[in-house]
Amino acid sequence: MAAEGNSPLAQFEIKTLIPLKMGELDVSFTNSALFMSLTLVLVTLFLVLGMRQRALVPGRWQSMAEISYEFVANLLRDTVGNEGRKYFPFVFTLFMFILFGNMLGMIPYSFTFASHVIVTFAMAMVVFIGVTILGFVKHGLHFFSFFVPPGLSVVLWPLMIPIEIISYLSRPISLSVRLFANLTAGHTMLKVFAGFIISLGVVGGILPLAFVVALTGLELLIAFLQAYVFTILTCFYINDALHLH
Amino acid sequence: MPQLDPTSFPSQLFWLLITFVLLYLIMWKVVIPKIGGILQDRQERIDDDLEKAEMLKKEAEDVREAYEKAVAEGRNKAQETIRAASEKMAAEAASQHDALTEKLKAQTTEAEARITAAKEEALANIRTVATEVTQAAAGKLIGRDISESEAEKAVASILDGERH
Repeated sequence: MAAEGNSPLAQFEIKTLIPLKMGELDVSFTNSALFMSLTLVLVTLFLVLGMRQRALVPGRWQSMAEISYEFVANLLRDTVGNEGRKYFPFVFTLFMFILFGNMLGMIPYSFTFASHVIVTFAMAMVVFIGVTILGFVKHGLHFFSFFVPPGLSVVLWPLMIPIEIISYLSRPISLSVRLFANLTAGHTMLKVFAGFIISLGVVGGILPLAFVVALTGLELLIAFLQAYVFTILTCFYINDALHLH
Repeated sequence: MPQLDPTSFPSQLFWLLITFVLLYLIMWKVVIPKIGGILQDRQERIDDDLEKAEMLKKEAEDVREAYEKAVAEGRNKAQETIRAASEKMAAEAASQHDALTEKLKAQTTEAEARITAAKEEALANIRTVATEVTQAAAGKLIGRDISESEAEKAVASILDGERH
């Protein structure tokens, strides 16, 4: 257990804080649940308190809240167009949830819930299933034409249609693994290099320390970038469901 | 790798569901209407201000036009007045000039008449004096008196001959 505690993967361990049972299922309040809740509270406070003055000329905080809103709104409008407005609350929640979760995870000794593939996979599946239902509701059986690339000769259909279907079905996997793997790899690398600082001592540790500082900057960028990528891909999927090609 | 331990999955999914749905509801019902509202208010206010500015600009343009028109009118009027005054003055000067010319001409004529009269008188006097001189000179030169008419004749022949 002691060796496990020093492993670079120890930071991803789920620790039960408050044991809870729901029937047969273990739904304990864990460190992951704690950081999900913290994210919920922080996003809410950031946006609600930022907007409490409703100033016509915004202050800094209100500006940040408005910029978050406009950033996602523009993203959605640029990719989907005006029909995308209906899905804005979901897309905005997704972006803020992942972004704040990732940023919270950058604090030392904290926990990054998006580094668990089950969490990212669940979010990706919600997007995938939601988008598929949206496509069928919008286009009915005509939605299947999505798997036939336009302008393709009939000869190639037997080849292309399975490829299109496979690529469609692999969307939730790529979406979830991209986020999970980026965060896991980044945090593991940080931990590994941080370990070198200790093992190399005061003189030799300077190099890995500098590296960790640089990596932290990179990880902050990745924390934002992965939230952005997840969001924009969701927008693309919504666009595909609404407009097919 | 703790990520692949399925025993923690139910708890993670459960809390993900709770927190995400809660966040979604808060965003949907509270935050987004609030931010969207203020952004719309601002946009409306900006549009309103722009419209007002446009109106004021137009008003200023109108005022400027009116001002320019008034200035042009004033200038025209002033020129009109100047022209009228100068015309009047020119007419007056011309009439005065004419009157003066008339007067001078009259004076000149009168003076000329006087000169002519004086000249004639002088000429007449010369004849009488010349005749008398001729009589006296002839008496002294040839020892006899010549009649007045003879003397006159001689004078006349010389004077008239000279004159012609």
